[in-house]
Amino acid sequence: MKRFGKLSLLAVLALMMVVVAACGKKNETSPSPSASQAAAPASESPKASEPAPPADKKIVLGFAQVGAESGWRTANTKSIQESAAAAGIDLKFSDAQQKQENQIKAIRSYIQQKVDVIAFSPVVESGWDTVLKEAKDAGIPVILTDRAVDSKDTSLYRTFIGSDFVEEGRKAGQWLVEATKDAQGDVNIVQLEGTTGSAPANDRMAGFKEVIKDHPNLKIIASQTGDFTRAKGKEVMQAFLQAHKKIDVLYAHNDDMALGAIQAIEAAGLKPGVDIKIISVDGVHDGMQAASEGKINYIVECNPLLGPQLMDAVKDVLAGKEIPQRIVTKESAFTSEQAKEALPTRQY
Amino acid sequence: MKRLVRHHLFWPLAVWAALLLFNLLYSPDFFSIVVRNGHLYGSLIDILNFGAPLILVALGMTVVIATEGIDLSVGSVVAISGAMACLWISKGADQNSPGLAFAAIGLAVLLSLALGLWNGLLVSGAGIQPIIATLILMVAGRGIAQLITSGQIITISSKPYSYIGTGSLAALPFSIFVVAAMFGIAALLTRRTALGLFIESVGNNPRASRLIGIRSRVVLISVYVFSGLCAGIAGLILSSNVASADGNNAGLWYELDAILAVVIGGTSLNGGRFYLTGTVIGALIIQTLTTTIYVIGVPPEITLVVKAFVVLVVCLIQSETFRNKIAERWRTRHYPAEREVTRHA
Repeated sequence: MKRFGKLSLLAVLALMMVVVAACGKKNETSPSPSASQAAAPASESPKASEPAPPADKKIVLGFAQVGAESGWRTANTKSIQESAAAAGIDLKFSDAQQKQENQIKAIRSYIQQKVDVIAFSPVVESGWDTVLKEAKDAGIPVILTDRAVDSKDTSLYRTFIGSDFVEEGRKAGQWLVEATKDAQGDVNIVQLEGTTGSAPANDRMAGFKEVIKDHPNLKIIASQTGDFTRAKGKEVMQAFLQAHKKIDVLYAHNDDMALGAIQAIEAAGLKPGVDIKIISVDGVHDGMQAASEGKINYIVECNPLLGPQLMDAVKDVLAGKEIPQRIVTKESAFTSEQAKEALPTRQY
Repeated sequence: MKRLVRHHLFWPLAVWAALLLFNLLYSPDFFSIVVRNGHLYGSLIDILNFGAPLILVALGMTVVIATEGIDLSVGSVVAISGAMACLWISKGADQNSPGLAFAAIGLAVLLSLALGLWNGLLVSGAGIQPIIATLILMVAGRGIAQLITSGQIITISSKPYSYIGTGSLAALPFSIFVVAAMFGIAALLTRRTALGLFIESVGNNPRASRLIGIRSRVVLISVYVFSGLCAGIAGLILSSNVASADGNNAGLWYELDAILAVVIGGTSLNGGRFYLTGTVIGALIIQTLTTTIYVIGVPPEITLVVKAFVVLVVCLIQSETFRNKIAERWRTRHYPAEREVTRHA
């Protein structure tokens, strides 16, 4: 045993630091705009002197995508490609494979190619000032899609098109308030949060709480992160079911966690959607499938199909029109019945 | 009593017992096990079921660490094996056919054996440091898993396949039996044959082992292959448990939990000595801790801090040096004031 002594203690300490540091992983199944979206009105109006493209020349749009990490993202890419083709815009597309340096490289190459507009979904929130300044100096307008940057200088980009996660949380809360308005006594809610600290997790929780706080009978009795994954969602839900005898509602921050939790609920001999009402966010295919089977009662959509809105914004910017600093994606929500109807026509 | 305390399993078992005791005091229901739909249901069963993959991975890690190596690629192998099996099943015409599930399992197991062999060859053949050699597959493996799933989550609905992770045999989760079988094989091979001695010998001094006639290369390759196999089977259990494969997240950071389990179990990172039973208990401690955190409702923001604190305490208790220091201090009580008094007297 003597051999273990100090060396192994040191090794374990070092290891633990790695464990702790490594666990703060960035893993988002959904996009992550920041608080900076609540920005003040543009400090600078769009330059009127900007040359409008000649009518016979196609608009060239350079788009730097994050990657293809989820079904959501793939649908997002497809939407942009298809709507660019439909709008007659020449799309230059690059995939950054979740790396900021790749994205910066792509944006620089778009600047060199003198494209008309640059659009991109930032992988991370910070570190964009330099390259955005280069684009501004070159007179190329920039549009952010689905994730924001934390730059103080809002004149570096024209607009940010993306989902409003707080609103998604509010919608989930409103449905619950409506569904439980006749309920007698307390309604016990458990919550599966997204990756701790990520914008979708924070905002979806904030919106939900904001709505239910006026209804004292709606109580969140347990809340834990499920890291946006099915495996964690199942594990946490299973523990919730052991620890709490009466759970009425599950609110999951994305479909995957809800899908994992459904398995846990079924393993506990309960009926998901009946014994425990389930609310979820995203609207990916598997989630909609579960909703159409009645296992998820309400899905708030987080829409990846922002291509058409992006193309409109591109045209407006080039036409010299004033556009808002924040464009919220068109999003809806589905009950089980609506999901059944919508399922065959869903694109993702 | 002294012999009991000195036993290598004493402290891991004591820590585990303390954790369970805490749970019992906190919620008396913790130990309640009921029969539901023909199988047992309760927190303890959950711990065994969700802990199964970690135990498996940690078993493989134990023998690797015994040779003074380390296998960082296990998390990626977990993802690859689950992805491969689910891809194969999703391509099949009838997802519920047992033949298809067996083919998928066989394919995934073969693949993980090959990945283990790759690690073994890099370490013993090419002489690359284990931490670097397996780091290659840790990074590349995630990419391979995403390539297999094309970056999507593959959902399957195969009854025979989901039996591995969710089915039950004799009222207990099937995964427990898988773990028991692997543990039995590992224990038999290492403790009833000379293989265990060879592994410890290679871990102590590969050169001397070679000189006395042990084929250290073969031993090294076989421990990495075994680790790959364990990780592969863990991947099958994990993916079958949620009936889907997620190349991005499956088995993420598993290597770290596994190393932790091995160390808690009393195996030295310096190699040359290993305790399979200790590892199993180490893994159970980690899983019990995770479940405890969910049950008592620790806010997610501080979950990691709580975990780190418990792990720190566990490691301090495990450290003989630390225990001796405390004991010495307790016995002699050299307080400055006391010393002063003695000197003046």
